[in-house]
Amino acid sequence: MINPTEYLPRTYQARVSTYWWLKRWAYLKFILREASSVFVAWFVVVTLLQVRAIASGPAAYAASQEWLRSPFILALNVVSFLFVLFHAITWFNLAPKAMAVRVGGKRLPNLAISGPQYIAWAVISAGVAWILLRG
Amino acid sequence: MANRITLEVTRYNPAHDEKPRFESYEVPLRKEWVILDALNYVKDHLDGSLSFRWSCRMGVCGSCGMTVNGVPKLTCATFLTDYAPGPVRVEPMRNFPVLRDLVVDTSDFLVKLGKSKPWIIRKVEKPLDEEYFQTPEQLDEYKQFSMCINCMLCYAACPVYGLDPLFSGPAAIALAQRYNLDSRDEGASERMDILSQHDGIWGCTFVGECTKVCPKHVDPAGAIQQYKLTATMEWLKALVLPRGTGGE
Amino acid sequence: MSKRSNEPFLWMLFSAGGVVSALLMPIHLFLFGLAFPLGWLDAPSHEKLLAIVRNPFARVYLFVLCSLPLFHWAHRFRFTLYDGLQIKHLNELINVFCYGGAVVGTAIAAYLLWAIA
Repeated sequence: MINPTEYLPRTYQARVSTYWWLKRWAYLKFILREASSVFVAWFVVVTLLQVRAIASGPAAYAASQEWLRSPFILALNVVSFLFVLFHAITWFNLAPKAMAVRVGGKRLPNLAISGPQYIAWAVISAGVAWILLRG
Repeated sequence: MANRITLEVTRYNPAHDEKPRFESYEVPLRKEWVILDALNYVKDHLDGSLSFRWSCRMGVCGSCGMTVNGVPKLTCATFLTDYAPGPVRVEPMRNFPVLRDLVVDTSDFLVKLGKSKPWIIRKVEKPLDEEYFQTPEQLDEYKQFSMCINCMLCYAACPVYGLDPLFSGPAAIALAQRYNLDSRDEGASERMDILSQHDGIWGCTFVGECTKVCPKHVDPAGAIQQYKLTATMEWLKALVLPRGTGGE
Repeated sequence: MSKRSNEPFLWMLFSAGGVVSALLMPIHLFLFGLAFPLGWLDAPSHEKLLAIVRNPFARVYLFVLCSLPLFHWAHRFRFTLYDGLQIKHLNELINVFCYGGAVVGTAIAAYLLWAIA
């Protein structure tokens, strides 16, 4: 910090606005990415409620199914799904930045790190769907 | 294409002004001109009191960083015609105190850079007639991070630095990594003690804007995330082997 | 020579939670939040789901699915409150709310999954 002098009585320090994240699209995308974590937490809540309903018996389970069909919860889950998808895609695309893997003296391209993650994502999702949907 | 363009430039004289204001200048729109040329035209022909930093005018000295239409840029590397028909808003770099007009106080960055100890640290220096050998592969490991010209555009872009004055910032951490990864250096542990703190690498939330605005493609965001991974490995090692491996 | 921060521990939880949320949550949210309620796919019967949640491996899986993402949320939300809303003077409160919340959620998950008849 420069001390005030006769010819430089002060400097001007702009205050960072509370809405700094609205000033640029890149900042907004960042905040949306961070906000996706809220929807992740929401789905944990939904899952735990489902587990409790399943454990409590068929009537409780049926009631929880009804609840999941209610318009507000359904809308919330649509939004949540989009945010969780956004989280997954940004996560897989950013992971290569943290890992500078060198093979034979050259750094692996980003796809070498993110590609396998996408593949694992597809395989695991298919596996989960199969377990839940088979007869 | 028109042959004139308007520049809206921040003016601030601390002796008279409470806060910065804008002044408009009409300059020629030449296809080979950069913003710096336009500013120099203003200073030479329109208003000699306009103050701004510049030096090499070719993107290697890091002096001419300013905010152009809201984006941190090197004004010697930003073409005027990209903003036609204008107007173009030229402001000082964000997140630094403004001394006058387009000149900012960069001393905070210099303090933080010093914290990173950006030099080769050796336990025992080699005698002057002995070389440090380094293969091209070893050079490649840190070369990208060595391209930093200390232009501070990454600090202007980083919202965390804007919000938290204690944060070390992208360039300081990237330069620490440049030396950590240098095969000739033995100071990684020393730098880790200083930077594996909340005001060091752990303040970063990987916004990634620093990498986007870097004119030399240093990728400071990548450097920081790699540093986080290294710090985590070191933390785990310290957990499992509290006395260390007897080395450092 | 300052002592190194213990932040790596929290960062590891955040990263693990991020991986779990990225790999597992989309399909779970799609099925249980959209496809089954909207009738796009037949929801599994109660007996089938009960059989699944009784399985010890499934319970471990569900525990991981419900606890690590909470720590991911806690870490990310803590920084969002800290930076986004510029309320770092409430630092202690934010940490307790976020990480405490994750711990509480994890405890609830453990209890619910343990107590299935």
